[in-house]
Amino acid sequence: MVALVCRNASKVFKRRKKIKTNGDLSLSQRFKRKISWKREDVRAVDDICFSMEKGEIFGIVGPNGSGKSTLVRLISTLLLPDSGTIEVFGHDVVNQHLQVRQIINRVSVEASFFKKLSSMENLMYAARLYGIDSTVAKRRALEILVQLGFEEDRVNESMQELSRGMQQKVAIARALQTSPSLLLMDEPTTGLDPRSKRDVRGFVHEIREKMDTTIIITSHDMDEVDNLCDRVAVINKGKFIALNTPIGLKKLVEGDAEDVSLEDVFMKLTGKELEEADE
Amino acid sequence: MTNIRLSRELTASLAFVNRNFGLVKRYLGWELVFLSYSIINVITIGLIAVGHDNDRVLFLVIGALMWGFLSVVFHEVSESVSWERWEGTIEYTFMAPIYRFTHLVGSCSFAIIYSMLRIAIVLALMPLFFDIDLSNVNVATAVTTLVISSLSFLGLGLMAAVLPLMSTERGSQATHIMGAVLMLISGVYYEVDVLPQWIRPLSVISPGTYTLRSMRAAIINNASLTDRLPDLIILLVIGIALIPLGLWVFHLGEIYAKRTGKLKRSG
Repeated sequence: MVALVCRNASKVFKRRKKIKTNGDLSLSQRFKRKISWKREDVRAVDDICFSMEKGEIFGIVGPNGSGKSTLVRLISTLLLPDSGTIEVFGHDVVNQHLQVRQIINRVSVEASFFKKLSSMENLMYAARLYGIDSTVAKRRALEILVQLGFEEDRVNESMQELSRGMQQKVAIARALQTSPSLLLMDEPTTGLDPRSKRDVRGFVHEIREKMDTTIIITSHDMDEVDNLCDRVAVINKGKFIALNTPIGLKKLVEGDAEDVSLEDVFMKLTGKELEEADE
Repeated sequence: MTNIRLSRELTASLAFVNRNFGLVKRYLGWELVFLSYSIINVITIGLIAVGHDNDRVLFLVIGALMWGFLSVVFHEVSESVSWERWEGTIEYTFMAPIYRFTHLVGSCSFAIIYSMLRIAIVLALMPLFFDIDLSNVNVATAVTTLVISSLSFLGLGLMAAVLPLMSTERGSQATHIMGAVLMLISGVYYEVDVLPQWIRPLSVISPGTYTLRSMRAAIINNASLTDRLPDLIILLVIGIALIPLGLWVFHLGEIYAKRTGKLKRSG
């Protein structure tokens, strides 16, 4: 069953860019900011096409500003594509956004909670927006939190008192309590300590096995997508420059695939290391 | 809309009310600060007229109280977007599977309940500072005015709420300016007749003008509903026009934000 179809999706943002002046402008000319600023188009997502099968874990890797989060926002109905279409389980993200929102959820790189409210208050609020009965939601949220290694007696502490790793576990519980058919994980392990990263990765495998959830993971971490994903797309300057299984991608680099990392693949495709591309 | 869907949307609306009261509880220190400021503001304004007749004191106290109520309604709605942006939850709220109407009904319901509670506390403290005669109050007219005027300010709040959606910082600044202009043109502490001629047309289109005039007439002159009918009808018409207009403007703002990427949390 096809879970997601993305056909020629593009998104362009306008950005103000400072133009270098020669220094021979008069004070009044400099004061008129039109002289030193111009608007330019930034193609955040450029004609992207791909599809996913139900239950697939799909990775998107690329440097900062390559278009990973914009693509996730387009699928999440938070942005309107300039051209192309995206369908989630047959529902168009623009014209059927309510149906799409009902079956998706998202874990973003920022925890995004009401900081003064407790994790349980935040989870109950989110559950009510998805029409989940509060008793069911509470039970489900606790189950997920405990599975993620969250200490149960801390559910009533305010979010600001929790560590980044704990907050991210609550973010995952918030997304999973709605039993999404498509889960969008936008750099879910960025900033987490190694143990929390391992917990999250383990849980991603588990939810796919138990709930048959289709998952998109964006990441900077090549090892992470290598371990978790069935297929991986490499994105650079808004374009998918390669899409294959991790092994398939590694074959693009000469040599024994076992010794090749996705980092090598990225370098081969872009001529840059990932960290270099970030700059 | 099916009954199940309706009940779901209602539950979601209540979730916003519940969440906001939860936040009030957690920011209790700030709530006490704002409440103290409201109380002291009404008292200091009222004290200006002490020594004059009872009606003069009432004129000012009603102005301060009503402005306290209406400005809280306006700001609670108009700043709902700024608040979520600051907390970082805006994208999650906007990707929830509910109608935007439901979201806004929740925010508006909280604004009215919260403002009424605040004004009730301020009102309860007034006898400690003013020896004012309230025997002339026409309660029915006062309550009707309060309820009808809320509609207009909710509509204005919805329109103002779109500003932070379009521009994070400047939008929030513009919201405050909008609130200040409303105070200037609505005759909160003076009759609108004292405004310069060129600005007076604005007071005619401000719902605050009719609200304050009707409320003062009800409390000071025992004006009946029939007496205030013209003002109340104008207020109702403004309210009925502003709420759908506010929702429509908010819808356009949301589309603009989704097209330009402004929905993204700041920071």
